Amino acid sequence: MGEPQKIYGVLAEFDTPAAVLHAATQVRNAGFRRWDVFTPFPVHGMDHAMGIKNSPVGWFTFLGGALGYATGNLMIWYMNAYNYPILVGGKPFFSGFFAFPPSYELTILFGAFGTLIGMLALNRLPRLHHPLLKNRRFKQVTHDKFFIVIESDDPKYTEAGVRELLEKAGCRHVELVEE
Amino acid sequence: MAEAAVTISTPVRVEAPPRELERPPLVQNNRSLGWISDHIAGVAEGRAPLWWWVAISISSAMFLVGVVMVTYLISTGVGVWGLNHPVMWAWDITNFVWWIGIGHAGTLISAILFLLRQRWRTSINRAAEAMTIFAVMCAGLFPLIHTGRPWLAWWLLPIPTSNNIWPQFRSPLEWDVFAVSTYFTVSLLFWYMGLIPDLAVMRDRAKTKLRQILYGLFALGWRGSNRHWSNYEKAYLLLAGLSTPLVLSVHSIVSFDFAVSQLPGWHTTIFPPYFVAGAIFSGFGMVLTLLVPLRTLCKLEDIITVRHVELMCKVTLATGTIVGYAYGMEFFIAWYGGNAYELEAFKYRAFGPYWWAYWTMITCNVVLPQLFWFKKVRTNMLAVFILSIVVNIGMWFERFVIIATTLAREFTPANWGYFTPTAVDVLTFVGTIGMFLTLFLLFMRYLPMIAITEVKGITPQADPHHPLGGARHGGHV
Repeated sequence: MGEPQKIYGVLAEFDTPAAVLHAATQVRNAGFRRWDVFTPFPVHGMDHAMGIKNSPVGWFTFLGGALGYATGNLMIWYMNAYNYPILVGGKPFFSGFFAFPPSYELTILFGAFGTLIGMLALNRLPRLHHPLLKNRRFKQVTHDKFFIVIESDDPKYTEAGVRELLEKAGCRHVELVEE
Repeated sequence: MAEAAVTISTPVRVEAPPRELERPPLVQNNRSLGWISDHIAGVAEGRAPLWWWVAISISSAMFLVGVVMVTYLISTGVGVWGLNHPVMWAWDITNFVWWIGIGHAGTLISAILFLLRQRWRTSINRAAEAMTIFAVMCAGLFPLIHTGRPWLAWWLLPIPTSNNIWPQFRSPLEWDVFAVSTYFTVSLLFWYMGLIPDLAVMRDRAKTKLRQILYGLFALGWRGSNRHWSNYEKAYLLLAGLSTPLVLSVHSIVSFDFAVSQLPGWHTTIFPPYFVAGAIFSGFGMVLTLLVPLRTLCKLEDIITVRHVELMCKVTLATGTIVGYAYGMEFFIAWYGGNAYELEAFKYRAFGPYWWAYWTMITCNVVLPQLFWFKKVRTNMLAVFILSIVVNIGMWFERFVIIATTLAREFTPANWGYFTPTAVDVLTFVGTIGMFLTLFLLFMRYLPMIAITEVKGITPQADPHHPLGGARHGGHV
């Protein structure tokens, strides 16, 4: 106690998606790098305004799916044709046809896990603690308010400069967020 | 070549569409974003209403009956059901296929309608996905308990054991194990991913420490960051893309259980699409059965509007008609195929001792849903509710007709018989209905039963290019 708290960044509150979209364009044009927009739902056009590139989640899905299909085929070949071959009704010990339905399901299963895990990993989630989650005003982000946060470790960060930028961009309220 | 000075004049405004082409809003009465949160989350907050206690008392009593019946079955043997030569599969597999089919509407609504950009799905997808998960749980129970020795059910799984005997992958029954378990797992993942932002809503509204901790834990620290939304939306799209072929494959593989066999009445190529259409038909029937009363009881008429109910009725009508076409085509092929056994099987189905089941099926699945052609019927909630129950009954009979009539009349007269259920058969089925309703009632009291975030996202005030979303100058920000 007594020691001044480290500052995480500046939080600005907006009322409408249009206002926050407009402000995001200005923050981006001002050249900030460590900042983010927080909204109750994905706002259309925000990725473009913030300059976010296409999400790479698809690679995780693809890897999961390819792994699933290979696992299915390999597993069935190993079990029914290699490790313990049993002749059933004169059918071949292994065929891509009867191995297809289970392998197809495993493609989807592993692909789905890849997607979810990839999404969480890219977002650095799960996270049990975050400076923003302590902020009382920020709780409105899941209700009906829109926020922009510029972090204090951004190279262009100065408290006064950031405040001025966000106020000029039309926010309703600005406050400091402690680490 | 020098560029001519071209000034491209873009109009600042476009003409508003004529009134008759304007679409009715998906959330009625211009509700605000906050109102949507308060009303949907409110269902899972505060004290439970009286009707909820009455409903859960009844459903958990039914569930308990089912637990007793399954205990009796496992401790005694499958003989307590009416199974006997030649019908060795009856209500258990009927119930399995019926429940799995019901699950399909959830994935159709959450995945296929998402890919088709049907924005009305946001009001119903959460509840339909929950219904899917609970229906698949009920379905999964039946193959397990009908094995006779359920303590050996792990033989179905590819687990290495000391005697190195593996599952036999040339059997469609083994494919089914993979299809159903994948379906359950992927539905759960999809449902949970959709819930993450809504669990954050619940966390931020929580009044007690316990709710804060539990919702907070499962919300995984979601903060609504746009950098997160970007990955999240892509992942959601990909999961929808994965679930679409999944939902089509699951009931196809279920139908392989029958179609790959050699029995007349089962050995037909129409089964996969016919089963999938039937599954969606019965699933929409169940969604209507659940949501038509709930929208009134939970006062959510502005979110699950009459238009939503109408659209669901139209899907039911379309899939019911496809099912009707399949019934007709089965008969045509039985005659046109020139196979005497096949034709005999179908004559037996419609005019044999099971005629009552067959004609119940035709009435409930083909004839009565035709009433949905009329707007008066589609907008009358009582009529929709009754017809949705009719659809559920009809689809149960469809599965029963397919399974029991074929087994009761095989090639030689030595394999002829008639199936009569016992009380245990009936009460086990009642038990799974109790289990399903109990799980659904618990779901709607503890989790947001409508996707709060997604409903907010389709309102005009969520669109930054709409005046209600704060846009000025005709939408140019």
